[in-house]
Amino acid sequence: MDLIVFYLFATLAVIAALGVVALRNPVHAALCLAVVFISLAALYVLLSAPFVAAAQVMIYAGAILILFVFVIMLLSPGVDQGAGALKWQRPLAAVFGLALAVELILVLASAVLPAARGQYTPERLAQIGDVQAIGALLFTDFLLPFEITSLLLLVAMVGVIVLAKKRVRS
Amino acid sequence: MDLLNNLFVNLYDWLAGALHALAAGLNLVKDAENAIVAAVMSLVVIVVLLLWLVLMVLVLIWLERKNAARIQDRVGPNRVGPFGLLQPVADTIKMFIKEDIVPTNADRLVHTLAPIVVAAPAVLAFAVIPWGKGMFPVDLNIGVLWVVAVGSIGTIGIFMAGYGSNNKYSLLGGMRAVAQMVSYEVPQVLTIVAIVLMTGSLSLNKIVDAQSGWGGMQWYIFAFPVGPIAFIVYYLSALAEVNRTPFDIPEGESEIVAGHHTEYSGMKWGLFYVGEYFNFFLVCTIAVTLFFGGWQGPLLPPYVWFLIKVYALILLGMWIRMTWPRFRVDQLMGFAWKTLVPIALVNIILAALATPILKAIGLI
Repeated sequence: MDLIVFYLFATLAVIAALGVVALRNPVHAALCLAVVFISLAALYVLLSAPFVAAAQVMIYAGAILILFVFVIMLLSPGVDQGAGALKWQRPLAAVFGLALAVELILVLASAVLPAARGQYTPERLAQIGDVQAIGALLFTDFLLPFEITSLLLLVAMVGVIVLAKKRVRS
Repeated sequence: MDLLNNLFVNLYDWLAGALHALAAGLNLVKDAENAIVAAVMSLVVIVVLLLWLVLMVLVLIWLERKNAARIQDRVGPNRVGPFGLLQPVADTIKMFIKEDIVPTNADRLVHTLAPIVVAAPAVLAFAVIPWGKGMFPVDLNIGVLWVVAVGSIGTIGIFMAGYGSNNKYSLLGGMRAVAQMVSYEVPQVLTIVAIVLMTGSLSLNKIVDAQSGWGGMQWYIFAFPVGPIAFIVYYLSALAEVNRTPFDIPEGESEIVAGHHTEYSGMKWGLFYVGEYFNFFLVCTIAVTLFFGGWQGPLLPPYVWFLIKVYALILLGMWIRMTWPRFRVDQLMGFAWKTLVPIALVNIILAALATPILKAIGLI
C-alpha cells in the first residue's frame, strides 16, 4: 500500500518537475511546481513526518509559490520564445549540467541503499510525536542555525521595507 | 438518552459488524477480511460526508437568501416548495443543464481545472472535523495544520481561474483574491497558535477534549482574555479568507464584474459557488471546534450541540454580510497587516504568559 502511494506520487513529482523545466509558459511552469510541492508533501507523510508535509504545503505551495506567481504576473506573462538568451548561456549550461550529472551518478553509485537507520524510527516517532520531536530538535541541537535563520529573514524583510520606502519618497 | 448520544457511532459499529459477518462468509485470511471491511467503511464515510456537505450547502444557500430578504425587507424565494425550501435544488438542476462556455484564447486546461482546485481542498479539510463524540472521519495528530495547509491550496485555484480566463476583470479579481487570502491567512494561523499553546496539541480531538470541563461548557471563548481576542481575530480573518462581504473586493460587482469567476458558466460556476459555501461552513466549524468546545455541551446530543453552534456562527456571518458595506482595497490590506497581525502576535505572547495562570484558577 505504501509502495503504491510512493510510486504514484514519485512519478507525479518527476513528471511535474520536468514540466517546470520544459514548459515555455511561465505560469504553467509555476503550476507544475505546485504539483511538485504537493507530491513531495505526500512523500513526507509516507516518511511519517506529517508535520513537515503540512508545513511544506502551507509554506511552499501556499505562500512561496503564490509569490512566484505574483512576480510572474507583474513582469507581464508571455510565452518564452527563446529570444533574449545570452550567447554563452547554452555552452555554460551544458558544462554545469554535465558536472551535476556526474556528481549525481557518483553519489548514487557510492551510496549504500538502504542506508543505516537513524535515531528517529517510525516507532519512536509514533511514541513521542513528530511535532514534539521537531520542536525539541529545533530548540536544542539546532538552536543556533534556527536563530541565525530567523535573523536572516528579518534582515531581508527590513531590506525590502527600506527599498520600498525610498521609491515612495522620490 | 445514551442511544441518542451515540446514535451515529452505533450505526457505524453495526454496519462494520454486518460487513464483517458478510466477509466471514468468504472464508478469507483475517488480514484480507479486515482490509476489505476497512476500505468499504471508509468509502461509506466519504459518501455520507459528501452527501451531508451538499445538503448543508443547499440549506446554507436557502438560509442566506431568506435572511438577506428579511434584512432588506423583501420576501425572498417562496415559489418552489414550502417556504421556498426547494429553490436551491431547482437552481442546481438549472446549473447542470446550462451551456458550458470557454472564452476564446482562454487557457483551456487551466480554465477547466480551476473550479476543481477551488472546491476540492475545501471538502478535504472536513475530513478531520469532530462532528460529535467519536464522530471524526480521521484523527490526525496535526489536524489544525491539515485544515490550514489544505485551505491554502484553494488560493492557487482562484489564481488559475483569474489567469486562465483571458479576461482583465478575471485577472484583476484573481490578483486581489490571492493578495487578500495570503494576507488574512497570517492572522488566522497566528490565532490558532494561541489555542494550540493552551491545549498543547494540534489534534482537533484533543482540543475539543480539553474544553470538556464545567459539564461541557468550559470553552476557550471564556478563557479571558486570550480566548475572546483570538476568536474575534479568527472570525474576522476567516470571513476575509472566504471572500464574504465586507471583505468581498475580489469579486466586487460594482468594480470588476464578478472577479475571478466572471468567465465561468454552468456547473463550473456552480463549483465556485459551492466551494465558497463549503469554505464558509468550514471556517464556522473550525471556529466552533477551537473556541466553542466543538460538540461539548450539556443535555443535548453532541452532534446537535455542534450544529447549533455552527449555525449560530453562520447566522452571525450572514448578519455581518447584510449590514456592512465593502472595504476599499487599501483599507483591506491595512486592516490585515496593521491591525489583525499585531493583535494576534500580542495574543500569542499573552497566551504563553496566561496559560499557567488560567490553569491555576481553573479557567482552562
